[in-house]
Amino acid sequence: MRFFGLRPLNDSNTVRCENLSLSASNEIFTMIEKALTGDRRYWGWIFFLLSIMGTGFIFYLKQLNYGLRITGMSRDVSWGLYIAQFTFLVGVAASAVMLVIPYYLHDYKKFGKIIILGEFLAIPAVVMCLMFVFVDMGQPMRAMNMILYPTPNSIMFWDMLVLNGYLFLNLIIGWTTLSAERNDMPPPDWVKPLIYISIPWAISIHTVTAFLYAGLPGRHLWLTAIMAPRFLASAFASGPAFLIILCLIVKRVSKFDPGIEAIQTLGKIVTYAVIINLFFFLLEIFTAFYSNIPGHMHPFKYLFFGIEGHGKLIPWMWTSAVLTFTAIALLINPAVRRNENILMVSAIAVFISTWIDKGMGLVVGGFIPNPFEAVTEYSPTMPEVLITLGVWATGLLIITVLYKIAVSIKEERI
Amino acid sequence: METNRRQFLKILGFSTLSGLGSIPAIWALTPNSELGTPNSGKRWAMVVDMKKFKTEEDYKKCIDACHSVHNVPDFGNSKDEVKWIWKMPYKNTFPEQEDDYISGEMKQISFMVLCNHCKNPPCVRVCPTKATFKRADGIVQMDYHRCIGCRFCMAACPYGSRSFNFRDPRPFIKEKNTEYPTRAKGVVEKCNFCEERLAKGLMPACVEACKDNKALIFGDINDPNSEVRKILESNYTIRRKPELGTQPGVYYIV
Repeated sequence: MRFFGLRPLNDSNTVRCENLSLSASNEIFTMIEKALTGDRRYWGWIFFLLSIMGTGFIFYLKQLNYGLRITGMSRDVSWGLYIAQFTFLVGVAASAVMLVIPYYLHDYKKFGKIIILGEFLAIPAVVMCLMFVFVDMGQPMRAMNMILYPTPNSIMFWDMLVLNGYLFLNLIIGWTTLSAERNDMPPPDWVKPLIYISIPWAISIHTVTAFLYAGLPGRHLWLTAIMAPRFLASAFASGPAFLIILCLIVKRVSKFDPGIEAIQTLGKIVTYAVIINLFFFLLEIFTAFYSNIPGHMHPFKYLFFGIEGHGKLIPWMWTSAVLTFTAIALLINPAVRRNENILMVSAIAVFISTWIDKGMGLVVGGFIPNPFEAVTEYSPTMPEVLITLGVWATGLLIITVLYKIAVSIKEERI
Repeated sequence: METNRRQFLKILGFSTLSGLGSIPAIWALTPNSELGTPNSGKRWAMVVDMKKFKTEEDYKKCIDACHSVHNVPDFGNSKDEVKWIWKMPYKNTFPEQEDDYISGEMKQISFMVLCNHCKNPPCVRVCPTKATFKRADGIVQMDYHRCIGCRFCMAACPYGSRSFNFRDPRPFIKEKNTEYPTRAKGVVEKCNFCEERLAKGLMPACVEACKDNKALIFGDINDPNSEVRKILESNYTIRRKPELGTQPGVYYIV
């Protein structure tokens, strides 16, 4: 039972010889085997994630039983923490395309080593998106109704198609290119078209997700043509920022070095994206406040200053703003961001800042004030937070396993 | 590199074309609930005559009639609240009409609000399962058995007309009406213009409850001889948020 064994696979020669006779399914098993061999730290992390997943699952069962009343959502704020995570994580899935474009279209070789990390980040990001939509449903056992009664006039129908499509594209591309690398072969020709298709496809997941919001009459914060560009800008900031964090972790915990230049280029991408994201946000502020239309100003006033004494999101929004400005200040000078510690801090700042702004700020802000111009506030409940953490832990577990496989294969090649 | 980019552009072109090409195909394969509804020539509409609402009792009898006939639960808190027809102050009903110098009377009175049964309902447009749909007679209706509880319709409705069953409503129904279904937790509901009563030739429950002073008038707006049409012709009426192009089917005489 080698598959379940914990024997380290350091004898790569025997492994490669065996490979010649291995069938495709065995190939998958030997890849998975790499995720089952690890030191104490690795298993400690895995069991930590499993315990959070378990806790989240128990509370999800509770939610199934009692209904969504165990969350902080209400008639007026009918989407909350779950949909905020979904919206943010669609952005993180963009990590892949920001590597694919330079590598495959501009022949930027330095990304060759880490492109798999981008693809393997997109997979758990999309899985988390789908899980967050699922836990938000009032009748999850009827989820298949979306396929049984397909409704093209609903943007959600298209979002389901593009998100699942993007998931499969990255699964197929990531897995195939990694197997090829492991066998010291170039990737098969048939993946190339899939890689090229994945580029506009990545743009589509942000555009379609933005359309979920941008086409609703009467929700002033969301009814803006710049929503899709804002989604893209924040995605190209948060996705590569998370990738920088992961690359620097990988560098510390394994023998695989993603390469200084590749990480620095990611830093450059994040710098541009976070500045563009801020610029787009300021455009919204200008239109709302110079036009002086009350409905357009209200959500921004609520988010940053509070309305009628209600302002639960004020500290969050200002944290987000301060983090964005700090990140820009640190990133804008190439000499400063060359320091990996500073780059790490900036990437974390960008990640948290966009998580607040594109998550709770965007989703909850859209519901306040409500269509009656009255304020009902929202804050998540403990069960809601635990279910959310459970989904995040699931995503992190998938990242860990996929990265473990990819990094082990890279280490064999050093 | 050059060939790669050329190859990419070629594939991009083909995939865009085939992607765009698939849109009409998908559209054709999936009958569209909103655009495909044939118009029967009838459109139910309501006029709310605010001059007739004088006492607390005038509001209460309409609301109670609706909520009891439709098994609307009373949770006793605003967070889980489910409501089909209810009272709202002027400034909330018509927030875009904000005016510091509006008459004192207007500041005081509450308006009756309910689903507007829009001609162009945004809720129907966004529903991913056609659980909410527009009927040929203009009623925007819910299929409680198909709704997946995604609450996209609640985000889309510019009138705040929709409620969600955040918990099992059944223990909170005072007196069950066996003629109308109760709902499960996790589905959205709202006013249905009493389609179940219209099918039997009856007027909506709220309209019937206040029939002595005719505070609510109901009928086919496409019929020039109907009572609603006559009232609309002889009175100045307003609708909620007409600028959104939803064409609400509920009119107010102020």
